[in-house]
Amino acid sequence: MQIRPVLAALRHHKAGTLLIAAQIALTLAIICNALFIIHERLARLSQPSGIDESSLLVIGNEWVGKPTPAQIASLMAADLDTLRKVPGVANVYATNSYPLSNGGMVLGVGHSPDKLKYVINAATYFADENTLSTLGLKSVEGRNFRPNEIGVLDGKGAVQPAEVIITRALATQMFPHASAIGKPIYVSARPSIVIGVVDRLRTPFVDSSMAKWSDCSVLVPYRQLTPITQYVVRAQPRQLDAVSQRLRAALYAVTRMRVISPKDGVRSFAQVREAAYRDDRGMAILMGGISVVLLLVTGAGIVGLSSFWVGQRRKQIGVRRALGATRRDILSYFLTENLLIAASGVAVGGVLAIGLNLWLMKQFEMDRLGMGYVLGGVVALLLLGQGAVLAPALRASRVSPVEATRSV
Amino acid sequence: MLAYYLRLGLHSLRRNPLLTALMVLAIGVGVATSMTTYAVFRAVSANPLPDKSSRLFVPQIDPWGPQARLDGSDVPDALTYTDAMALMRDRKGARQTAIYPISHTLIPDDVSREPFHVSGYAAYADFFPMFEAPFVYGSGWDRGQDDAHAAVVVISSQLNRQLFGGASSLGRTLRLDDHDYQVVGVMADWNPRPRFYDVNNDDAFNDPPDFILPFTHAVDTHTDTDGNNNCRGTSGRDPGWDGWLRSGCAWVSFWVELPDSAAVAAYRSYLQGYAAEQTRAGRFHWPSNTALFNLTQWLRHEQVVPPATRMSLLLSLGFFLVCLVNTVGLLLAKFMRRAGEIGVRRALGASRREIWLQFLVEAAMVGVAGGVAGLLFTGVGMSSIGLAFDPDIARLAHMSAGLIGLTLLCALVATVAAAFYPTWRAAHVQPAWQLKSN
Repeated sequence: MQIRPVLAALRHHKAGTLLIAAQIALTLAIICNALFIIHERLARLSQPSGIDESSLLVIGNEWVGKPTPAQIASLMAADLDTLRKVPGVANVYATNSYPLSNGGMVLGVGHSPDKLKYVINAATYFADENTLSTLGLKSVEGRNFRPNEIGVLDGKGAVQPAEVIITRALATQMFPHASAIGKPIYVSARPSIVIGVVDRLRTPFVDSSMAKWSDCSVLVPYRQLTPITQYVVRAQPRQLDAVSQRLRAALYAVTRMRVISPKDGVRSFAQVREAAYRDDRGMAILMGGISVVLLLVTGAGIVGLSSFWVGQRRKQIGVRRALGATRRDILSYFLTENLLIAASGVAVGGVLAIGLNLWLMKQFEMDRLGMGYVLGGVVALLLLGQGAVLAPALRASRVSPVEATRSV
Repeated sequence: MLAYYLRLGLHSLRRNPLLTALMVLAIGVGVATSMTTYAVFRAVSANPLPDKSSRLFVPQIDPWGPQARLDGSDVPDALTYTDAMALMRDRKGARQTAIYPISHTLIPDDVSREPFHVSGYAAYADFFPMFEAPFVYGSGWDRGQDDAHAAVVVISSQLNRQLFGGASSLGRTLRLDDHDYQVVGVMADWNPRPRFYDVNNDDAFNDPPDFILPFTHAVDTHTDTDGNNNCRGTSGRDPGWDGWLRSGCAWVSFWVELPDSAAVAAYRSYLQGYAAEQTRAGRFHWPSNTALFNLTQWLRHEQVVPPATRMSLLLSLGFFLVCLVNTVGLLLAKFMRRAGEIGVRRALGASRREIWLQFLVEAAMVGVAGGVAGLLFTGVGMSSIGLAFDPDIARLAHMSAGLIGLTLLCALVATVAAAFYPTWRAAHVQPAWQLKSN
């Protein structure tokens, strides 16, 4: 197929050509970035929490009337005892926070007591000897807490643990070249000895500003004696739903002087995850919707304009056919024409896509767009163009040579 | 003549139903996506107190020094208890209040009812007149009761309905955890969005607070903050409640009302002077670093509009732009296809202006139809908005008369603008050429 006559003909349709090319360019720029945003969000969604989510329930409990720390200690002991006896419960512990809960305590972890010279931030989870088995954490080194190591902490007490268990990500940050076991780290003015390392335990926060240390967590051996406490409950296999029905009633049977919200006081971890990532999922859905409709609109626009061109040139097509051009020639003429327009469109669009990405990076802390997205988008739009032009081009190829002789 | 053009336009649009539908749908979808995301954007970026926002200010005092900002972080967006109390004592503004979010369990008088969780704020008396909080019964407390650490409370109309059936509860007692409070006021439904006075705790779009009680009393009862407690830049603190109050931890919000620019300038220099005094006294080891934001500046500083919301709006507008380029192309095709008809009309005496008007009317019809389609799609978008946005934010966006008007107007204006070039081309068709070929 010769390109020169196609180019010559395009010169007579400058406006239409420019419009299709512009539409393809803009579509490419938007689609690339939208797909990239979708990918970023889905990547966040699929980041593992490190815990055995499918068998976990969480309870948000608040004791009424501001009991003293001593009272809370006995209330908590009674609750833990009761929860352990609920049929179907495998294990339970009390804490301040859990992964994806979107609230908790963050401490800087460093090599010296100087609080301002920390290496990295880490989420701080209050834990006891049941925490590892309840969450289903994989221990890679060292040991678990012992019951006699679990201290108590009232509301404004100082967190100064003698022993800590940390995540592998945090261990690597602190001691890149050696095992962390037995070494001191500082989350307070006093040293804490690392006694265990777990494979993975995500922080409570999903916000992108805290993504850098999203796997850095410290388990500290404390029961926090404040009126608000979270219980994390592990159900026995296939007992999750049954257990979740029993928990609230079981705790209210111990004392009614408490608040466990009937609405979301007891949540399965699936619900916790759903709530934590609602915004990310929403953004992915919105961008996906925009992308699909955008491709449809652009495809339909190409069909429309190409049909018009075919209709306009029936006579010329007839002449060409009468002069010996085959149906194939006509078909490939329109396909080539579209390919040329689309190629110029994606060339501009590629630059636009990168420009838009650079601007979005500056405005919204986005990452750099991978070249793969641009290339993928280019291929997709070229295919879309060819697909869209196919029907009008086939219609053109069926124009009979007789048309050349018709005057209207 | 206009009626004739309308008839012509309708006829032409009917001749190519598929092409017409395509244009109408593209404009409809484009305008609807933009309107839906715009409605969300407008809801979150609204000025919550338009008549007063230029007179309300947030002071900022750097309690940690430049050393704590080496990692690129900002000066904390709350004050330490020490600084907040100093500003409260000096009362250099027309009105001022320190604020922090608190929560309690509420024990109903009726013992058959279970206790429940309530959340609210600890604030000073100036809170109510300063933020123009409306009351159904009673009013806020006065400065004397601040100083007396009075156990009084102002409750929301919702809580008043729940506890007292909506009747006046003035003088009644409320049991919050281990203390009794006397109700002195019931607020009317009041929930400015974004909740500017608490945006530093990410609570910009929540349900209204259930209660507000005196700051001085909340501190007396050791009521912990329900919001952020930021100790990042401190060198640690003593244990216990008093250790926390004395610490460099930032957790108190502070608002001050300054009636005019002279007062603003005076307050700025007062803040500078206060911080310099702290440096002289040896509490701060760095040159004073203070700032004063007005309400709108503060909302921007705190990035109250979620980046995702702005990004969705921008990409939706880009999408609308593509839809318009698409419309330009299709209109061009549609109009130029009728070059012959234009030639005949021109030959029969129609002026270029009339041709131009005729096609503009046709395009406007597409625009109106696109607007109606856009309205339908916006309705769909609004009802499924919860899929894409935080529910707290999603329920703020709703179909208003203004939005309906804007949708129609956008579709019409955009389509007519898009039709400008195609109609110009149509008006410049050479009649002689068209007639010759026939």
